[in-house]
Amino acid sequence: MTDTITNWTKSDDARIEDAIRRGATRRDLLRMMLASGVALSAGGVLFGRAEQAVAATPVSGGHMKAAGISSSNADTLDPAKASLGTDYARCCSLYNRLTFIDGTGEPQMELAEKLETKDAKTWTVTLRKGVTFHDGKTLTSADVVFALKRHLNPAVGSKVAKIAAQMSEIKAIDPNTVEIVLNAPNADLPFILALHHFMIVQDGTVDFSKGNGTGAFVLETFEPGVRSIVKKNTNYWKPGLPHLDSFEFFAIPDATARVNALLAGDVQFCSSVDPRAAKLVDGQKDFRLSRSTVGQYTNLNIRLDMNKPDFVTGMKYLVDREQIIAAALRGFGDVGNDQPISQANVFHNPDLKPKEFDPDKAKHYFEKAGVLGQSIPVIASDAADFSIDMAMIIQASGAEIGLNLDVQRVPSDGYWDKYWLKAPIHFGNINPRPTPDIYFSLLYASDAPWNESQYKSPKFDSMMLEARGLLDQAKRHEIYNEMQTMISEEAGTIIPAYTTNADGISAKVKGLEVNALGGMMGYAMAEYVWLEP
Amino acid sequence: MNAEIAGMIGKRLLLSLITLLIVSFAVFFATNMLPGDTATILLGQAATPEAVAGLRHAMHLDEPALLRFLRWLMGVLTGDLGTSYANNMPIAQLIGYRFVNTMELAGITTLVAVPLAMTLGITAAVLRGTLYDRIVTVLTIGVISVPEFVVASTAVLIFAVYLKWLPAISFVNEVHSLSDLLRMYTMPVVTLTFVVSAQIIRMTRAAVIETLSMPYAEMALLKGASRSRIVLKHALPNSLGPIVNALALSLSYLIGGVIIIETIFNYPGIAKLMVDAVATRDLPLIQTCAVIFCLGYLILITIADIVAILSNPRLR
Repeated sequence: MTDTITNWTKSDDARIEDAIRRGATRRDLLRMMLASGVALSAGGVLFGRAEQAVAATPVSGGHMKAAGISSSNADTLDPAKASLGTDYARCCSLYNRLTFIDGTGEPQMELAEKLETKDAKTWTVTLRKGVTFHDGKTLTSADVVFALKRHLNPAVGSKVAKIAAQMSEIKAIDPNTVEIVLNAPNADLPFILALHHFMIVQDGTVDFSKGNGTGAFVLETFEPGVRSIVKKNTNYWKPGLPHLDSFEFFAIPDATARVNALLAGDVQFCSSVDPRAAKLVDGQKDFRLSRSTVGQYTNLNIRLDMNKPDFVTGMKYLVDREQIIAAALRGFGDVGNDQPISQANVFHNPDLKPKEFDPDKAKHYFEKAGVLGQSIPVIASDAADFSIDMAMIIQASGAEIGLNLDVQRVPSDGYWDKYWLKAPIHFGNINPRPTPDIYFSLLYASDAPWNESQYKSPKFDSMMLEARGLLDQAKRHEIYNEMQTMISEEAGTIIPAYTTNADGISAKVKGLEVNALGGMMGYAMAEYVWLEP
Repeated sequence: MNAEIAGMIGKRLLLSLITLLIVSFAVFFATNMLPGDTATILLGQAATPEAVAGLRHAMHLDEPALLRFLRWLMGVLTGDLGTSYANNMPIAQLIGYRFVNTMELAGITTLVAVPLAMTLGITAAVLRGTLYDRIVTVLTIGVISVPEFVVASTAVLIFAVYLKWLPAISFVNEVHSLSDLLRMYTMPVVTLTFVVSAQIIRMTRAAVIETLSMPYAEMALLKGASRSRIVLKHALPNSLGPIVNALALSLSYLIGGVIIIETIFNYPGIAKLMVDAVATRDLPLIQTCAVIFCLGYLILITIADIVAILSNPRLR
């Protein structure tokens, strides 16, 4: 057995570590390594190394500085309005949710002790006892009712007003119990309540500048668009947490400056390392990349009401997924099969194969649609990650078979308002969501607010409603599999790849795990990580 | 000071006020041309028509834009800058410490750049045609030609990433001692000094050379005055007008134009605040920032004009 392994980087180590944490067996790991071409003999060494890393005991203390991608004067401490990663990270450190989603993608109880239902319509939330807010007040059902009801008030400007609208009744039964009645059965409520926006704030809060929550940290400094510093909550109800004494978060929008700050030792964590700079971080001994592919994607939307179905089918064959991953994403992605439920989700349909890159077949469909020889505008923008590179790749493939795609690059500012959902052919950018139902009702139902390709199918709608009310997971999986196939075949959204997010971290940062809600452990990193002294 | 000078200065000040009003209206008009408003931007991708309408109403954005502008203007005249649309904080509080940060950066840069640039400019003029003059000229042209983001990024790469002498970003909130101050400000100040000095050096050199070639300078020389006396006593006061103008232009850049430096060093100044405000269509904040930039510019230019008037012997 040898100790030197070629072609093995720190991030592979991290991947193995993540797998072990998520409960992978030795056999799983060996299969994983065989798949990536590492000799079997190396397996033992790696396994030992990774196990050591996992087994290390957390150290308490330290001040961690982390840099996100963007922040602005619109930064907020109001979870209902949170919109950027910086907001999520800050809110996660100050507040708790009723439930949270763990590394395996399953909901776990947080402020709720129990979440019970018989029909998926009426839910009883039993609150954990002895939880206090930072100002000393004990958490009661009144706080939960207030926090949830806020989303229904348009003046609040909640990002999840639409999702919250299904809670037709939210009432306190006793100081420790809340009853939530939905207007239709939805077995996903435990997932929904785990969304960042549903964090619990104190009853009657109007001024959020104090960040008064039940979370692991207490607010020390908050300067919108500049930074926030939080200090360890010594009364935190989760035993042993957090490990850090304090956590500072700010944004460095410039990708190069962000990586430089990490390399210079000014921060211990930086979000979203540009794939082009990945080697710089990954190759060094003091740093590593924490990768997560949890279902974020950039997709090409072809509106079905403005284009011919044959053209859409042709485009699905024209997209060279492998090349997009290799060139546009520089390896930071997994092949997608034109539907939003990624491999990270338990409901992913593994039998649904992506369309092969086949220019001849594509040409056949384009001829049928009669679009060859015309100039077809495609809108791309920096606002949708990697979309300009993707558009160029598809344009080049099209040029070879006589399809003239006119790629129009438009500014990021105003993109979501002016082009997204509106232009006949354009790019979208969707962040990870925990359940298929959220993806489907947001993006593919006939009345979906973000129906990117104007996909309308009564059959799809009724299947969605049926699955939503089912408490039987196997039956549900079956329905979701079929729905994924329908989207992949019928909708006008081409999802070439699920993108991998790579965060750069100092080797001293320990305990960072992959989470289905996105990078930084679904933004809740501060509560769980620790710094090696 | 005689009545004529006072009248000229008074006219300048009045013109400045009118300019300020025009600028704030122009900025307001331009902001309104941008697509989307605060409500759509705050809601982002979640902006359904009902949600936008609800939020717009709650934020009073459904009132006519001109009315909102006039309300803001009235507020400013009575000393109330209003509250930010984006996060409901008082604008004075939002701008306050970031303005202080910007003034700190501008102040330190001025202290470093102005004496340095003027010394180089004057000495180059006095030693015109020598090797020293040529070196200064070539260097200033070189510095003008290199964009500041190249200077800043290269400096970060060398001094922060490889040598680890200085931090890659400026945590100005953590300045507790002189050594902190030096560590945090060295790179931004040096980069800015590069940018603003070059103009001042060239302008000073040209102005001093021109004055030195005047008959009275020759006369002074013939009367046996020393070189340094000619330059400091005779040439410099008379070339002050153009030099102060160049200074005002270069320094006004430090108030609003340092966005690149603020971005690269993550320096919490006011320029980035305004860029953010534009992105969120935060009208009161945009307006207030614009007025501050314009005011800074006008103050500097007006001072330069007044100095030019006062230094003009015909008006003295």
